[in-house]
Amino acid sequence: MEISGWGRYPKIDAKVILPATAVACASALKDPGLLIPRGLGRSYGDSSLATQVLETTEMQYLQAFDSETGVLACDAGVSLYEILNVFVSQGWFLPVTSGTRFVTIGGAIASDIHGKNHHVDGTFCEHVLSFDIALGNGEIVTASPTQNPDLFHSTCGGMGLTGVIIAARVRLKPITSSEILETTIKAPNLDAVLDGFEKYIGSTYSVAWIDCLAKGADLGRSLLMIGEHATDGGLKVASKKPITIPMDAPTQLLNPLSIKAFNTLYYGKVLQAEQSRRTSFETYFYPLDQMLHWNRLYGKPGFLQYQFVIPTATGREGMRRILEEITESGQGSFLAVLKAFGKQNENYLSFPVEGYTLALDFKVTPNIFKLLDRLDELVLQYGGRLYLAKDARMSEQTFKASYPRWQEFEEVRRKYHAIGKFASLQSIRLGLA
Amino acid sequence: MKRIVIVGATSGIAKECARIWVKESAVDLTLVVRDVARAQPLIADLQVRSPHSKIEAISVDFNDATAIHNLVEVVYHSRTIDNVLIAHGNLPDQSDCEQDLNLCKDTLEINGVSPCLFAEAFASVMQNQGKGNIAIIGSVAGDRGRKSNYIYGAAKGLVARYAQGMQHRFANTRLKITLIKPGPTATPMTEKMRAKGMKMAPADQVAKEIVDGIAKGKSVIYTPKKWQIIMLIIQHLPSFVFNKLNI
Repeated sequence: MEISGWGRYPKIDAKVILPATAVACASALKDPGLLIPRGLGRSYGDSSLATQVLETTEMQYLQAFDSETGVLACDAGVSLYEILNVFVSQGWFLPVTSGTRFVTIGGAIASDIHGKNHHVDGTFCEHVLSFDIALGNGEIVTASPTQNPDLFHSTCGGMGLTGVIIAARVRLKPITSSEILETTIKAPNLDAVLDGFEKYIGSTYSVAWIDCLAKGADLGRSLLMIGEHATDGGLKVASKKPITIPMDAPTQLLNPLSIKAFNTLYYGKVLQAEQSRRTSFETYFYPLDQMLHWNRLYGKPGFLQYQFVIPTATGREGMRRILEEITESGQGSFLAVLKAFGKQNENYLSFPVEGYTLALDFKVTPNIFKLLDRLDELVLQYGGRLYLAKDARMSEQTFKASYPRWQEFEEVRRKYHAIGKFASLQSIRLGLA
Repeated sequence: MKRIVIVGATSGIAKECARIWVKESAVDLTLVVRDVARAQPLIADLQVRSPHSKIEAISVDFNDATAIHNLVEVVYHSRTIDNVLIAHGNLPDQSDCEQDLNLCKDTLEINGVSPCLFAEAFASVMQNQGKGNIAIIGSVAGDRGRKSNYIYGAAKGLVARYAQGMQHRFANTRLKITLIKPGPTATPMTEKMRAKGMKMAPADQVAKEIVDGIAKGKSVIYTPKKWQIIMLIIQHLPSFVFNKLNI
């Protein structure tokens, strides 16, 4: 059947294997042929694409929960959505969450996802105590920072290329309220928003929505959104039905004019320089989940997500230069999100480094690839890298220049029987074995 | 605590119904399965979701009338059962059943006779309770026999007729019989069809409609709802039209 990532570019015809248990999964691995594990398919590009794909979504049991420590043991196919559904009302939250809840635990580990609290709490895998993984030879082993640590640190952020994660133990975060106290600050330009991130470095959650069509003195104008867990207000999970985009929008729906109009209205709707409100966790963390299949708004050709990070030392200058390049090109990004990262962790291919990260959407058009190649050059020049979970077209040279631990990663893959078993369209493109 | 019994609890739809029920409130839940060991991951999952629920599994031969009768007596044990959900089944390849008469017989028995035996046995013990609901999962396939699926479909047709008879028997009592007719649902039973790209309703959505429908005391639940009108049309197509369809 035809499958793709969330950007719906590229697409591939794949055989899908759907094991319901760990035993079935290990036995499927004994069959010949390359394959890649896949969860809910929310990576944007070709990270979970191959001619054979092993979907983990049927392995979705919760196994055990310790209400003293908050440690949850569960199958790798359990989604963040399901965990919130079960545990928010019991007073627990995810330690780190991506912008969508429709991601499996296996996917969260394989992409080593980050959230709005990276500068305080790090990545998802920093809250994973251990996991069980099925290797290329069908053997199931346990990995943790102390048990098979090389396997642990290469699987965290390893894009499914080391094996199939079967189950994991994750420490949840205790909460006394499901609400978030949100403060929105209008930042008139890039320096203002970066100053804002520094000022609010002690806040738990921070993210900025940035207007990347604004030019000149307005370059980088943003809405900075700071958040803290409320301590009162109850523990509620909303049952509001999301709206569904039922079919592909015409490709002209999102164009530079409509995007510019949207951005102006969105920035303009915040009337005061600073305003606070109380909001549900769903609204603060997952605004896009309210619109199922929003990726269809980009039309049939799909879109590309481009997310990079520039280290702090060159952060301001790098960000300014890249924003100028984008505004000059006239190829607008509908949703642009800016975030400040904290320290890098020990996982070999984990994306975040201390600095600033920007995530952009671009419609797939013939001109876009040249622009992104140019942006790659700038990212490399400023010492940064791209996020593999969003990437659909980065070159091998760019990848290897910006992820120096790729060779150690390959050695671990060799050691644990992953070579010749696990590969994706992305891994082949990036020159991995 | 509400007492619920689920027959065929490890099936895709039953599992999701169990999850909804334990989330609503702590329950006393008995899972009737073929193999207790296979039910352990489900029990662990439900217990995590509902630490105060009492959950146990018990096994029986699903085709042995005497064993079913005895099991139901043991499970009932003179304690009111609020809900029974009969949810087991097996969907083999139609052409395999056409070629292997034993497979054909087994398919008819597990999907048709077995659910009816459980329904009859539970109705016997529950009829004087003064309340209660027995819900049986049939299928839209039971609404009209068609070439791609009539062996399974006929078994589900039997279930529909049986449920109808029981509804008549208990019409003026407080025991409700609910017949559930799901359309194609994404569960392990339909894995082969889904791997070919066929789109199906998510099991949790179907389960929600089932749990809501049972709570409302409905007699027949089509889920998703659109199947009611689809099957109405299909049932009424004259044979010269129907016979041209490749379904």
